[in-house]
Amino acid sequence: MTNSQRDQTLDQPADRPMLSVRDLTVAFPTAKATNEVVHHLSFDLPPGGALGIVGESGSGKSMTSLAIMNLLPPGATRSGSIVFRDTELTALREPAMRTVRGSRIAMIFQDPLSCLNPYYTVGDQIAEAYRAHRHGVSRRQAHRVAIESMERVHIRDAARRVNYYPHQFSGGMRQRVMIAMALSMEPELIIADEPTTALDVTVQAQILGLLTEIRENTGAGLILITHDLAVVSETTDQIIVMRHGDLVESGPVEQIFSEPRADYTRMLLDAVPRIDDAIDDMRTLPSSAAHETPTEGARL
Amino acid sequence: MTRQVLKRLAGMVVVLLLVCLFTYVIFFVLSPDPAVQICGKNCTPAKIDQIRDNLGLNRPFWAQFWTFLSGLFVGRTYGEGIQCSAPCLGYSFQSSQSVTSMMVQRFPVSLTVAVGAAVLWLLAGLVSGLIGAINEGKFIDRFISGLTFAGMSIPNYVLALVLQFVLVVTLRWLPFPQAVAFGDDPVQWFLNFLMPWIVLAVGYAASYTRLTRANVIEALQENYVRTARSKGLRPSVVWRRHALRPALTPIVTIFGMDFAGLLGGAVITETVFGLNGIGKMASDAITKNDQPVIMGVTLLAAFLVVVGNMVVDLVYTAIDPRVRIGASA
Repeated sequence: MTNSQRDQTLDQPADRPMLSVRDLTVAFPTAKATNEVVHHLSFDLPPGGALGIVGESGSGKSMTSLAIMNLLPPGATRSGSIVFRDTELTALREPAMRTVRGSRIAMIFQDPLSCLNPYYTVGDQIAEAYRAHRHGVSRRQAHRVAIESMERVHIRDAARRVNYYPHQFSGGMRQRVMIAMALSMEPELIIADEPTTALDVTVQAQILGLLTEIRENTGAGLILITHDLAVVSETTDQIIVMRHGDLVESGPVEQIFSEPRADYTRMLLDAVPRIDDAIDDMRTLPSSAAHETPTEGARL
Repeated sequence: MTRQVLKRLAGMVVVLLLVCLFTYVIFFVLSPDPAVQICGKNCTPAKIDQIRDNLGLNRPFWAQFWTFLSGLFVGRTYGEGIQCSAPCLGYSFQSSQSVTSMMVQRFPVSLTVAVGAAVLWLLAGLVSGLIGAINEGKFIDRFISGLTFAGMSIPNYVLALVLQFVLVVTLRWLPFPQAVAFGDDPVQWFLNFLMPWIVLAVGYAASYTRLTRANVIEALQENYVRTARSKGLRPSVVWRRHALRPALTPIVTIFGMDFAGLLGGAVITETVFGLNGIGKMASDAITKNDQPVIMGVTLLAAFLVVVGNMVVDLVYTAIDPRVRIGASA
C-alpha cells in the first residue's frame, strides 16, 4: 500500500459505509418450495448515520435485522453479503459472531416486557451482557456499569432500581432498561426493531428522543425498524421502504416525505395521521390484508 | 405474604381434619371387628363383648372419632393400661407396638430411599431434558425420547428383578445386599441402597426428562432468549440461565408432590428389596390385616401430600419474582 493510497483511506473514512448490505436474501426453504421473506436487499449505512427501515408487518424488515445479527429463527437461510466495518459478517463463525453481537452491534426489541427475563433483576441482565464481553470484570464493576447505563438513559434512582425486576417497571422504563443494556457495551451500531410500538404516544416521543440523544453523544449508527413513518421522520436521515421482502424506495427522509416516487410509499404517507387531518381523511392500506395471505405475500 | 401463609395454613388444618375423618369412616365402616381379631382363637361372645367394652368400641361413632382425634394430640390409653403417647395414630395389637413408634423406626429407611432416588432422578431428568430440548429433533433427542418411553413403561418390580439379576448375579458389579448400618460400613450401605434408588428413579427420571424438555423448548421460544442471544452470551449461559431457569418453576411443583408421596413409603420398591421402610410396613400390614397400621400409613401419606402441597405453594411464590414482589415502580 503506497502512502498516497493510505492517505486516501485515512482522509475519507466517513465515505465508506459502516454497514453495507448487498443482495441480502432471507428464505425459509421447505420440501416443496423456498419461501423468500427478504429478496435481494441492498443498502448502506454511513458511519454514525441513522437509517429507517419502514414497512408493514410481513415486509421482511425484522428478518433483515435478525439476518444482520445472524439470529434468524431455525430453518431460515440467508445469502448475500453483510459487511460491517470491513468484516464480512456472513463469513463469521458463531463464536466470532458472538463477539460482535451485543458488543459492537446491539439490538433493541419491541415489547420490552417479554424481551426481559422475568427471573432476573434488570441490573443482573445488564451486567450479564457486560461481563460476557469484558473478560475479568468483577461482579461489582459490572453492577456499577449497570447503574451508570441506567443513569445514561435517565432512569432516576438507578442505584436502587438496578435491583428491580422487569415487572416492577412501566413499559417506557422497561424500554429504557433495554436501551441501557444495549448502551452498556458502547456499541458502534444499534438496531432498534419497533422500539416504540408497544408504548403510548408520549413515551414513544421520549424514547425516540433518547435514541437521538445517544446517537449524538456516542456517534453510534442507528437502524430503526418500524411500520410507522412518523417514527422515522424525526429520528433518522435515510429511509428505505420495504414491502413483501422487496425494497420499494430509498432516499433521504425529506425526499421520501416531500416527493415519494413509489405509489406504495405515498399510501404509507397517507396512512400517517396528521394533527390537522379530519378523521374521515385517514387512509388505510387497502391491499395489506390480501397480501398477507401466504400465497400472495410469499415469493414462491 | 404473611396473610397468604396464614390462610394456607388454616386451609391445611381443615383439609387434614377432613382427611382424618374420611380415613376413620372408611376403616370404621369397612373393617371387620377389631375385637374379634384381638380375641384370637378360643373366643367366646362374652369375651368379645368385654374387649369391645375395654376398647370403647360400643360407644357412638363420634365419641370414638373424638378419642382418636384427641389421641393424635394428647395420646390415649387402650383398655387396661396400654399407653399410647401423642401423637397416637393407633395401636397395633398384632405387633404390640404403637403405630407411631413403628413409623418412627421405619421412617429413616423411607427417607433414605426417597432422597437418594430424588437426587438421581432430578439430575438425570434435568440434564437429559435439557440436552433433548437444545438438540430438538436430532438423533440424540430422539434417542433420549426413546429411553423415556422405556423408562416410563417398565414396571418397577420387573426392573428391580432384572437389575438384581444382571448387576448382582451375572455381572457381580454390586455385592449381595446385607443389612448394615451407615456407621458400620458406609460403602456396603451405599451399595445396598443403590439399586432401590435406581429402580425408583427410572420412572420419575423419564417423566422429568419429558417435562424438562417440553418446558425448555417452550422457554427457548421466549423473546428474552432472543435478547440473551443478541447480547452475545455463550449458548451454555443462554440455556442455563435463560431457558432452564424459567423451565424449573413447574418442575419444582411436581417434585414437591412426588417427593412428599415417596416419604409415605415406596411400597413396591421397598418390598422387592426387603427394605424395612414405611412402604414395606404398609404391605406387611395389609397382608396381616393389621388395621391400625394400615390406617396410620394412610393418614401419614395423606398428611405428607397435604403438607408437601403447601410447601410447594410457598416455594412457588418464593421462586417467582413476579409473585414474590408485586409491581411497585
